[in-house]
Amino acid sequence: MNALADHLTGAPVLDKPISIAILAMGGQGGGVLSDWIVSIAESQGWAAQSTSVPGVAQRTGATIYYVEMMPLHGGKRPVFSLMPTPGDVDIVLAAEFMEAGRAILRGLVNPEQTVLITSNHRSYAVVEKQVPGNGAGDSMTVVKAAGIAAKKTISFDMQDVAERAGTVVSAALFGALCGAEVLPFGREVFETAVREGGKGVDASLRAFAQAHDMAKGDQPVPALKKDTEKSLPLMPETVGHRRLDALLQRVRAEFPAPLHPMIYAGMKRLVDYQDVPYADEYLDRLAALHTRDVACGGEAQGYAFTEMAAKYLAVGMAYDDVIRVADLKTRASRFRRVQDEVGVSEEQILYTTEYMHPRMEEITGFLPARLGRAIETRPGLYKALDRVLNRGRRVRTGTVFWFGTLYVLGGMRRMRRLGLRHGREMAHIEAWLKTALDQLSDDYALATETLRSRRLVKGYSDTHSRGLSKFDRVLAQVPRLSGLPGAAGWLALMNKAALMDEEGSALDGAIKSLDAELGA
Amino acid sequence: MAERSFKKEVQDLRAGEGEIFRGEGILAITKALLQSGVSYVGGYQGSPISHLMDVLADANELLDELDVHFESSASEAAAAAMLSASVMYPLRGAVTWKSTAGTNVASDALTNLASGGVTGGTLIILGEDFGEGSSIPQERSHAFAMKSQMWLLDPRPNLESLVNCVEQGFELSESSNTPVMMQVRIRACHVHGEFVAKDNRAPDFKLRDALQSPRRDINRVVLPPASLAQDVEKLEERYPAAIRHIRENKLNEVFGPDNGDVGIVVQGGLYNSLMRALLYLGLADAYGETSIPIYVMNVTYPMVDDEVVEFCRDKRAVIMVEEGHPNYIEQSLISVLHRHELTTRVHGKDMLSMGGDYTASVVEKGLRNFFEKHASDRLGNRPPAPDPVPILTSEPVKKLADTVPPRPAGFCTGCPERPIFAAMKLTEKDIGQHHVSGDIGCHIFANLPPFNVSGNTMGYGLSGAGASAFNVKSDKRTISVMGDGGFWHNGLTSSIGNAVFNEHDGVIIIVDNHYAAATGGQDILSSRADNPRRSTQHSIATAVKGMGVKWVRQIDRTYDVAKMQATLTEALTTEETGPKVIIASSECMLNKQRRVKPQFRAAVKAGKRMVKERFGVDEDVCTGDHACIRLSGCPSLSVKQTDDPLKDDPVAAIDNTCVGCGNCGEVSEAAVLCPSFYRADVIHNPTRWDRLVARMRSAVIGTLQGLADSRRVAFPD
Repeated sequence: MNALADHLTGAPVLDKPISIAILAMGGQGGGVLSDWIVSIAESQGWAAQSTSVPGVAQRTGATIYYVEMMPLHGGKRPVFSLMPTPGDVDIVLAAEFMEAGRAILRGLVNPEQTVLITSNHRSYAVVEKQVPGNGAGDSMTVVKAAGIAAKKTISFDMQDVAERAGTVVSAALFGALCGAEVLPFGREVFETAVREGGKGVDASLRAFAQAHDMAKGDQPVPALKKDTEKSLPLMPETVGHRRLDALLQRVRAEFPAPLHPMIYAGMKRLVDYQDVPYADEYLDRLAALHTRDVACGGEAQGYAFTEMAAKYLAVGMAYDDVIRVADLKTRASRFRRVQDEVGVSEEQILYTTEYMHPRMEEITGFLPARLGRAIETRPGLYKALDRVLNRGRRVRTGTVFWFGTLYVLGGMRRMRRLGLRHGREMAHIEAWLKTALDQLSDDYALATETLRSRRLVKGYSDTHSRGLSKFDRVLAQVPRLSGLPGAAGWLALMNKAALMDEEGSALDGAIKSLDAELGA
Repeated sequence: MAERSFKKEVQDLRAGEGEIFRGEGILAITKALLQSGVSYVGGYQGSPISHLMDVLADANELLDELDVHFESSASEAAAAAMLSASVMYPLRGAVTWKSTAGTNVASDALTNLASGGVTGGTLIILGEDFGEGSSIPQERSHAFAMKSQMWLLDPRPNLESLVNCVEQGFELSESSNTPVMMQVRIRACHVHGEFVAKDNRAPDFKLRDALQSPRRDINRVVLPPASLAQDVEKLEERYPAAIRHIRENKLNEVFGPDNGDVGIVVQGGLYNSLMRALLYLGLADAYGETSIPIYVMNVTYPMVDDEVVEFCRDKRAVIMVEEGHPNYIEQSLISVLHRHELTTRVHGKDMLSMGGDYTASVVEKGLRNFFEKHASDRLGNRPPAPDPVPILTSEPVKKLADTVPPRPAGFCTGCPERPIFAAMKLTEKDIGQHHVSGDIGCHIFANLPPFNVSGNTMGYGLSGAGASAFNVKSDKRTISVMGDGGFWHNGLTSSIGNAVFNEHDGVIIIVDNHYAAATGGQDILSSRADNPRRSTQHSIATAVKGMGVKWVRQIDRTYDVAKMQATLTEALTTEETGPKVIIASSECMLNKQRRVKPQFRAAVKAGKRMVKERFGVDEDVCTGDHACIRLSGCPSLSVKQTDDPLKDDPVAAIDNTCVGCGNCGEVSEAAVLCPSFYRADVIHNPTRWDRLVARMRSAVIGTLQGLADSRRVAFPD
């Protein structure tokens, strides 16, 4: 496209129209953006055309808007195309990162001519977010593809720029388009288009200016963070508290340094969840596991077994129960966080209502073991109580009564260890650890992967039961895998499959493959 | 259309002689109707012609000034029947709908109209919903033109041509006493461009005049022997008149040099794609100058034999560029040339693809084959054509195919239909899967993840009828889902009446969101809005009972998932015989927000006490199972990665587009999911009492929290 080269001389000579494709989702303002682009061209005496195939009402689908522009020639208007041609688009504007990926997939981005301007934030599609595990597509694949497909890529979080300015992403994209200097029109032409648009002009111009500067390179652009990157906090030397420092001391004395960050994370969670002795209990268990790890040649494996145990043992010991929920929901830090998220000003008042639905299981679990069991073994009583207690409750945490109720409940964590649920959770942990330890001397990798299966247990109520049953099914495969070449790989496959869908059909498939492998 | 205003567009329609009109294609067509002295306009909304209906619905004053009657027809059949006014009287009338869906519905009336013929010009504007972005089966309207002997216009897709075509369409209709259809493809409807306007024109002969002096003519009635005579008239009078008119007025166009040994015949609507393809081949410039003779059929039916023979006579070969299948025009072209003993080779679908969009790339490939075969010398110095293949076949791009998720249109944020299908899924978990018969409307999105409530769709308002074969003894009943739009369009008789009469035992859910929501929120009989020009607020429940349904349940807040679930379970298990009808009613959130948001802002600005609700998720309580998402799919309910090293999976998160519909909370409660959802109520402009209570509460709560914090032993964050 000649305009790119010639616009500096102010006399664009084009043999075909400048073509711009906009990929957006319904509701992102793609229509407004294409109107702005048309109006800048028309304001300079060019002919311009935009088309789209928008659904009339639905707000979530991916949509392509397409704009062409060209000066008149002897009063003659060009014949514009109504849709982008793969391999011949000058500028692609994408309002979300996977939509940039979609543009590349559709062949709209080519290395000879296309300037790709995209927001690199993610808005997850239903198929990504409905997965019980992590179904999010990897943004890095888009980065890599753009690297070879585009002539030039301008990419940063324009959604963030727009939100900070109090507007939608289209204004930031328009600013980035201006800052990219790929159209032969000056900044004031762009800004006039926004002003004449009429609605929310100030916010749009703020986002426009910020994105313009970032696209032009006048302002730094933060690097894209990988989805899976998580940093473990380093274990501090001391925190100035006698009992906590004793824990730190113990970790340093009993475990090799590379494991400290994970153990610290686990220990921190358990102190917060229960108390210091509970963290000591954690370290006791972990130390025992570590001793076995050392005995089974763990050093050569970087003590992967202990590290995995450090993570999932903490998760297992900090199981989710009514006390935990009540504790978390009543904290001052939580009140502050909600205020920040919702964005409440000084003059406004915020109340939260929690949607809770405790079942009889949660209640008996919380009772002292003997009492809980006594109720459980009397179906009549159990049912009668269930009828009274098992229903949805709207808990207004901002009122004194409900806050007080949750506060007392959260304060009962001192009694947690006497409860029926606690005994069961601990027995469950022991069984799980035993299954893993049984494999440790023969197959280090399989034992380690067995620990990872704990990841499958999550959620509350029905979801929790479903996770638990998947966990049980996967764990039941461990003895079958024992001695099989690549056993750890098999188990890893199952751990992954179990998180792919709710019903567990992927897991069924994985188990069937194993059956076939074992000739069962 | 109570919630959206088209005042700006209505102003555009007032443009006078010589003014430049800038806007989208469908609006230009609307303007052209007014410039043509139309007496009445009707139609049924649907993509891509909703805008025509919406703008006219808001243009009362202008229409009154011009003495134009506008009607939102109950269905396409009703709209087509409206054209009956032009049979006896010199009244110009136009109707519009989405084709081929609407043309199917209208075809009974169209057949009768076409048989009797018309006196006043009648124009049927077809929003041709074909190709990418289409929401209906891929068929051609062309077949209707052929079978009923109506003329079909397919103008070049720029505003000037579209506007001319409307004006000429009326004239063609009048000079040949035949209804004329004008097809406009989706992108042409939405194309932004400009044309030079003319003054609007009030009709010379008005509807009132017709009522004052009624006319009748038994020869126009479709009764034998008149109907047989009409068939003769079609062939012997109307057809030749049309051919004459098209020739004399040069409705079809020829571009490029006068002669050449190869040429192109193209439907008007594909002209722009063709010109871009020729540009890529180096055979045209960007302004439409070309070295290849092109015959543009702005009238695709009937074919003007003499014109095509004239065009083809000196050519060795021509290629017919015709979108969709079957290749009616190509067949006709071959037969005409054969009759005239021309040896010109005709290519078409043998070189172009059989179906699908004729994009510039598709046409370019076809043309390249054609020129290579018949005039390879023309392809001498052509620039390289755009070729995305090397990039598309590279490894990093191939990997993208597994990563980029499909993103079809779905329910909007806060949509009241979502909880209906969440309840259906929960019911399914309790009492098993049932056969679900689907319909046309937003609710069809329940077919997609996360709901996956499957269902075949037989047509608008036909879900009940679609389940009618399953009226046999079984312990499982069918569930039919239809919208309020479909219900009033056809559902009341074809689905409800049919089920009552045949004692069908199934369950019918009528999703009542107060509008024809999928087509843009138009008012219908049961709309709750007070519409000064339409009679609304007619109860669906009363209509259904009037039809004879005994078991009717009205749910006025679909977000009550537990109640939805209980009602559905009851419907599926009750001893009562006959159809069980559940009317699940809550306002379309998109339209509600359009109405409520400005009101809310104004009230806050005026200092009134207002409460804004939205939902949130406590990320430390959420375990990242996403069960809530599988029962919702709301765009504002998503996931986010946390910094917690002990959490492997992303947690649920609600963004600030949340409208506080409550579905998340209700679902997590009904499905016993998890306690991480909260509703945040923000009181704007709190009263003095509010402040006092809040101060007292936070004093108590703050003290307790302080106490807890001071006692808590924890590692620092």
